[in-house]
Amino acid sequence: MAKLNDPVHITFEDLEDVVYLLKKVADYDLSGYSKSSLKRRVQRLMDMERMDLVDLKNAILNVEGFFGYFIQEITVNVTEMFRDPLFYHELKNVVFPYLQTYPQLRIWSAGCATGEEAYSLSILLQEENLLGRSFIYGTDISQQAVNTAKKGVYTMAKIKSYTENYNRVGLNSKFSDHYTAMYDAAIINNEYRNSVLFSNHNLVSDNVFNEFQLICCRNVLIYFDRELQRRVLNVFYESLSLFGFLCLGTKESLYSQEINANFKVINKSLNIYQKIR
Amino acid sequence: MTKAENIILIGGSAGSYSLIISMLESIPVNISSAVIVVIHRNAKYSTQMEKSLSLKLKRPIVPAEDKVMIENNTIYFAAPGYHLLIEPDRTFSLDISDPVNFSRPSIDVIFESAAEVYTNRCTAFLLSGANNDGAYGIKRVEYFGGTSIIQDPLDAIIDTMPSSAITTSSKAKVLKNKEIINYFCSIK
Ligand SMILES: C[S@@+](CC[C@H](N)C(=O)[O-])C[C@H]1O[C@@H](n2cnc3c(N)ncnc32)[C@H](O)[C@@H]1O
Repeated sequence: MAKLNDPVHITFEDLEDVVYLLKKVADYDLSGYSKSSLKRRVQRLMDMERMDLVDLKNAILNVEGFFGYFIQEITVNVTEMFRDPLFYHELKNVVFPYLQTYPQLRIWSAGCATGEEAYSLSILLQEENLLGRSFIYGTDISQQAVNTAKKGVYTMAKIKSYTENYNRVGLNSKFSDHYTAMYDAAIINNEYRNSVLFSNHNLVSDNVFNEFQLICCRNVLIYFDRELQRRVLNVFYESLSLFGFLCLGTKESLYSQEINANFKVINKSLNIYQKIR
Repeated sequence: MTKAENIILIGGSAGSYSLIISMLESIPVNISSAVIVVIHRNAKYSTQMEKSLSLKLKRPIVPAEDKVMIENNTIYFAAPGYHLLIEPDRTFSLDISDPVNFSRPSIDVIFESAAEVYTNRCTAFLLSGANNDGAYGIKRVEYFGGTSIIQDPLDAIIDTMPSSAITTSSKAKVLKNKEIINYFCSIK
């Protein structure tokens, strides 16, 4: 029974049980996730729902729709537009000049959460007159996040902090040129929303679905263990065209020797790489 | 390269910086512990702190990197903008979920995570600061059999953080700055 005052703390063994159950009943494999943060997320969900371990397992087995809710709550969808302004600055000045040489550009924002990264890329491309020949794919494991991304609507409080980021990228236009404010929220302009396709894609189990000239996967690999990171990096390698670019988060790197050998480091501290073989 | 046998955690916020430097300066050359420092600071500023400290202390100050093994005789700093956690296999793991107590990295998050993995081989220090981060973490360290030490609020430049942890802790030792430094001089 759920105890109201004293939250039940789960152990790593309990977590293994939950992961095993999910694999069996829902065919979702979370065994390659970082255990410490996954455990925190599962604990948070249990506290929120006032569930103990038995309740949780029961819900996974018997409650319809619980599984989608579970994925929504255990994933960390925290994101920003133009997160790490320096990264976007570098993208524009160092990567985009290469991209100019392609007649058509396909770009993948993998683990796009609520869409901010994909829209940032789209705005950046527009600034460099590349948007007309570009198409962006935003994918995430969380259907809820994908739904929010499709809307392209963000609260004014968020827009305010995104504006601070934007102003540090060093672009000519104003951030407010790219959205329309409506009372306490803003909608990203049509031209950007029409340039991105958001869909559900699971980096653990789904494979290559297109060929890309640029892949951004930022702040996703930190949630995976080394083995799963290697799998995902391989999917990216295979999804990139020759001389295409891979961008990881500022605290993520192409540590794996075998994969590393196929890339040139474009910017070490910002983790921008180019596929060279 | 050997895995750290013991872990020493230092959590500090406003008013803790110069004490932390003195603590780190007192650490003997060879220890069979890893030291992890979590200071609240703005993520927008780069990690100059590590570089200048390395020079000053004449030993490497290592940023705690994702999925990297925690080694003996090493001083780690938590990266600004990310929570720091420890995996059961004793590697670091980073997380960018919402701030806890308005802080990321949060002291509560690393204290709880390290305490669970290192149990009685975990010692946590909570120092000066202007919020309540760390109080819950200290309780979790105690729950898992670790040692909890809180800076005497009278010695703290800002006493909110230590005072709040003392109220909720069941067995923390409250130490004067001098005693804290002595502790670091005698780390094994
Ligand atoms: C912290 S967000 C990163 C958002 C954005 N890239 C950024 O850096 O701001 C991590 C995202 O990865 C997604 N994710 C986690 N596991 C995934 C998987 N197996 N496949 C695809 N996306 C996943 C989560 O749902 C979450 O939205």
